[in-house]
Amino acid sequence: MAKASTKSGAVAERRPALAGREIAAAAVRVAVLPPAERISLRAPAGSVSALSKALGLTLPTKPKTSASKGGRTALWLGPDEWLVIDEAGKSPVADCAPVKALHSAVDISHRNVALAVTGSGAEATLSAGCPQDLSLAVFPVGAATRTILGKVEIVLLRTAPDAFRVECWRSFSDYVFEFLGEAAHDAAA
Amino acid sequence: MLLIRCPYCEEELPELEFRNAGEAHVVRSSHLADVSDQDFEEFFFIRTNPKGIIYERWRHIHGCARFFNAVRDTVSDKFLMTYKAGEPKPLLVSEPAKTAPAKPKAAAKPRSRKGDA
Repeated sequence: MAKASTKSGAVAERRPALAGREIAAAAVRVAVLPPAERISLRAPAGSVSALSKALGLTLPTKPKTSASKGGRTALWLGPDEWLVIDEAGKSPVADCAPVKALHSAVDISHRNVALAVTGSGAEATLSAGCPQDLSLAVFPVGAATRTILGKVEIVLLRTAPDAFRVECWRSFSDYVFEFLGEAAHDAAA
Repeated sequence: MLLIRCPYCEEELPELEFRNAGEAHVVRSSHLADVSDQDFEEFFFIRTNPKGIIYERWRHIHGCARFFNAVRDTVSDKFLMTYKAGEPKPLLVSEPAKTAPAKPKAAAKPRSRKGDA
């Protein structure tokens, strides 16, 4: 297969999911974020400090929290699981590679698509499909969790009082985008 | 919506994030090959299915993805408590009368054996 495609001389063109799509409702804007480097990081408590040093940020150990530094964000997903997102173009996998402490770092950059939900109606938009309490008191800025939106699993990060980052699997991104679009128009009403 | 406390997330979260994973505290023998057919049947198929307090495994699948144990009332569907996997089975002080479900289980067993013969 690979040979045939190189012979035909086809130039691979990268077409990110949802590229260029955007929804702008009265109080909410749903936009596709540019591709980022991501890893799924699994490690026991004993490896956290070594990995934090290698990644250049302190891995959060409390539930529903995240840590951010220099364009890189680490989201607590479970007691030994993190999602590390790098928007500065540096590879977190490469940074973890020299760490001798027990860990597993898997590159999932292309598995996820990120959407930004911003505006005064952002919370209402997400609450249309997310069963968690997203009020600022319970879900403050920097809070991150894996949860569900409608019928699919998402990872949710609050980046500002009226801004969220929604990470979903690429194949679900169309559903998530349409869902948020419908919700955005409802939130505006 | 039913709220379930995840002992790992230390928070009450909506039931949509959780999935039931069967009865808790079913111990798998470390030398399964030596187990008699009858004991294996009990371990593999027979569950208490009580009316009242049940100890169950649950998984916070759309959250921290961890398995944990929960004590639930099958009549009211109320979660009495949840605790981390691996922790000992808690004794509920408020439920001394509910030791009764053990008896119907014992009565049910000979019945199933008769069915086999």
